[in-house]
Amino acid sequence: MAAIIKHRLFWPAVILVVLLVTNVFFSGSFFKVEFRDGHLYGSVIDILRASAPLGLVALGMTLVIATGGIDLSVGAVVAIAGALACLRISGLDDQNSVTGVLLAVGLALLLSLALGVWNGFLVATVGIQPIIATLILMVAGRGLAQLITDGQIITINSSPYKMIGAGYWLGLPLCVIIAVGVAVVAGLIVRRSALGLLLESVGGNAEASRLAGIKSRWLILIVYVFAGLCAGIAGLMISSNVSSADGNNAGLLIELDAILAVVIGGTSLAGGRFSIAGTILGAVIIKTLDITIYTVGIPPEVTLLFKAVVVVVLCLAQAPKFREKFQRRRPSAPATQAPQQKVEVTA
Amino acid sequence: MGTALLSMSGISKQFPGVKALEGVDFRLYQGEIHALMGENGAGKSTLIKVLTGVYDIDEGEIALDGRPVRFAGPQQATEAGISTVYQEVNLCTNLSVAENIFIGREPTKFGRIQWGVMRRRATDLLQRLELDLDVTAQLSTYSLAVQQLVAIARAIDVDAKILVLDEPTSSLDAGEVAQLFRIMRQLKAQGIAIVFVSHFLDQIYEICDRMTILRNGRLVGEHLVADISQLQLVSLMIGKELALLERLEDAGKRSFDAAPAVAQAHDLGRSGAVEPFNLTIHQGEVVGLAGLLGSGRTELARLFFGADKADTGHLEIDGKPVTMHGPRAAMNHDIAYCSENRKTEGLVEELSVRENIILALQAARGWTRPLPRRRQDELVQKYIDALNINPKDPELPVRNLSGGNQQKVLLARWLITEPRLLILDEPTRGIDIGAKAEIQRLVVELSDGGMAVLFISAELEEVLRLSHRIGVLRDRRLVTQLENTDAVDLDRLTETIASGT
Ligand SMILES: Nc1ncnc2c1ncn2[C@@H]1O[C@H](COP(=O)(O)OP(=O)(O)O)[C@@H](O)[C@H]1O
Ligand SMILES: [Mg+2]
Repeated sequence: MAAIIKHRLFWPAVILVVLLVTNVFFSGSFFKVEFRDGHLYGSVIDILRASAPLGLVALGMTLVIATGGIDLSVGAVVAIAGALACLRISGLDDQNSVTGVLLAVGLALLLSLALGVWNGFLVATVGIQPIIATLILMVAGRGLAQLITDGQIITINSSPYKMIGAGYWLGLPLCVIIAVGVAVVAGLIVRRSALGLLLESVGGNAEASRLAGIKSRWLILIVYVFAGLCAGIAGLMISSNVSSADGNNAGLLIELDAILAVVIGGTSLAGGRFSIAGTILGAVIIKTLDITIYTVGIPPEVTLLFKAVVVVVLCLAQAPKFREKFQRRRPSAPATQAPQQKVEVTA
Repeated sequence: MGTALLSMSGISKQFPGVKALEGVDFRLYQGEIHALMGENGAGKSTLIKVLTGVYDIDEGEIALDGRPVRFAGPQQATEAGISTVYQEVNLCTNLSVAENIFIGREPTKFGRIQWGVMRRRATDLLQRLELDLDVTAQLSTYSLAVQQLVAIARAIDVDAKILVLDEPTSSLDAGEVAQLFRIMRQLKAQGIAIVFVSHFLDQIYEICDRMTILRNGRLVGEHLVADISQLQLVSLMIGKELALLERLEDAGKRSFDAAPAVAQAHDLGRSGAVEPFNLTIHQGEVVGLAGLLGSGRTELARLFFGADKADTGHLEIDGKPVTMHGPRAAMNHDIAYCSENRKTEGLVEELSVRENIILALQAARGWTRPLPRRRQDELVQKYIDALNINPKDPELPVRNLSGGNQQKVLLARWLITEPRLLILDEPTRGIDIGAKAEIQRLVVELSDGGMAVLFISAELEEVLRLSHRIGVLRDRRLVTQLENTDAVDLDRLTETIASGT
């Protein structure tokens, strides 16, 4: 029991349960999942679908933050990837051509990778502080996305592309399968190889890691590239879901939600220890919170305030100092009174 | 002797997995300098932090001036007249010296900080300590030792009844220690009670009146310093007879001219750090480096490891010239470097003992070839046993270990890479006698096994005891190298350091 409470995912999990229960309270059919046309439908499924892109972006962000960095440009990359894919597809003779769509998707992901390389280059090789280095792309990237879409919203009509964000496979939303797949593969790679340890070491103490022979330059490059790729995939999901690309608004402020998801998941912004499972949980919590705001019927003027309050509670729950205080208050089992050896003193 | 100024009784404190204090009593009288003694991990720092409210107490009472007290935090303790310099110096190195001294109690007028007053008062204060510092300079521009003195200056400036100094001298040189002692005597004469923690027995016997000895979180004695011999004290601290401490007699006094050279520096140097020098380290040889703080010992060692880049000369490994691009290149040549600064350059504190131990080996293998977990556990267990690392749990965060055990973890990290040249920079600083003796013995064993060792220590006895040859540095220059024959003793070495010949 004590071990469960101490687990760093305990409080986020509790909050999630509380949110879910609140939803059930206000909408009895909340947990109802229907099977229609071979697809699953229901609020829970909606939450998972909405969490997929955010979860991906936050996943990339987790590894970046583990190295002690941050990536503010993910929102821009989301927009760019969606824009490029839609631009290519809109130029196809047959928008339903699978090869055409795959090519467009491949190109968009390649560009996302390249943008990640750019960030990684600025941070690892040039040595610019991560927040500044990625701020460059955060701002310039929006411009690039606008340039690709020519300032318009590109609308497309392509059923293969629509699959990515809105399609189903084996009854499950494809975007959820993709996000879970990427997270699982990333988790396996990071924990089965020594990558996770080395990232945590670099984030925990960069100079000590250098003197232990860790070449952090490559590691840092890798995580920014991965963050770019994740943002790219998320961008495809988001634009696919609405069959259009909006260079201006797609992925707007998603970097902040992603950072939040990482923090809620128990990864410190200072770098070091990270938790992929925690991040995914964090993303689901954020999206559940969004939905809760609707079901509870919180007036639109106060939604942001309400969200802020929940976030504060969550962050407190993850702060080591706060947790320590809380745990200390719980009456622990009385310490076994060992017969104390009194020592005669001479003074 | 009257009633105690401070009395703590039956204090217990539990950390996850460790009982740091168990029913400890402690009494402090006005105007005394009281030594708190014990090996690393005995609970000295914990007792201090429990007193000042850094940690909560599980059991026990504290009375100040006969009234029961309990502080919710260090600030409260300071307000009640207990001023503390913690073992881990907690200063903001990116602020100026003056700001560090007055942080949290800046002189203000109408709510605005009076910078001029602050600077003047800081300068006055430092002058009392005979420290000639630029109070507007950023603290990080000064050495660790000077930073430590600034922390002490900060502590003595407030109106305190009790001053607690947790290992303040571990990075100070002899002159600085003398300054500190002068101040301590001055404060004592004013009736201030001082709690003093140090691993240097000579310092204890020079300055302290009484002592309290802890072992494994328990009280083992309270004595007048005059009543107890150093030998008795040490056996109380480590809880066994002194077989461990017998001199490592016939280390030294061998000639290595015939042994193959592992590393040779030819006119190796780096401007601003250390002037070009020539130094050869042979297989199985311990080369000691002696010199005052800041004489360039660490800087010299770092060039061998490629931690800094040399800008003149070159290194030869096994007789072949190499360029050291960085630590990894050095590791490929089987060179290992234990930095003097465990906290900032050595350990990754939030990682576990196991992870810290395998870090260098894993770094050398690259991230794609993880060391299998089974092999990790074997290796880690082997070194936890061999070096007697305590507590024995490999999954504990390194942060929770005491200084001596952290040092052993760092050593283990490099020993599992099986280096041929091991560079040890102050491996015994700030650790207790037991661990110190173990590390010294290890150095002898390793060199007997053929490892070349470059050994740096501020303690000349230690350098003399372990080294086959001693390089003496002065003002960032390797001035001479002495074969450690019978003709070389402490006086001779001290003289060489002082005069450079
Ligand atoms: N913050 C902490 N968390 C867990 N264990 C700790 C912590 N601080 C100290 N300890 C443990 O408590 C014991 C006493 O440590 P400490 O008081 O630092 O010893 P000393 O100062 O005498 O060297 C050690 O076993 C150490 O590992
Ligand atoms: Mg201590």
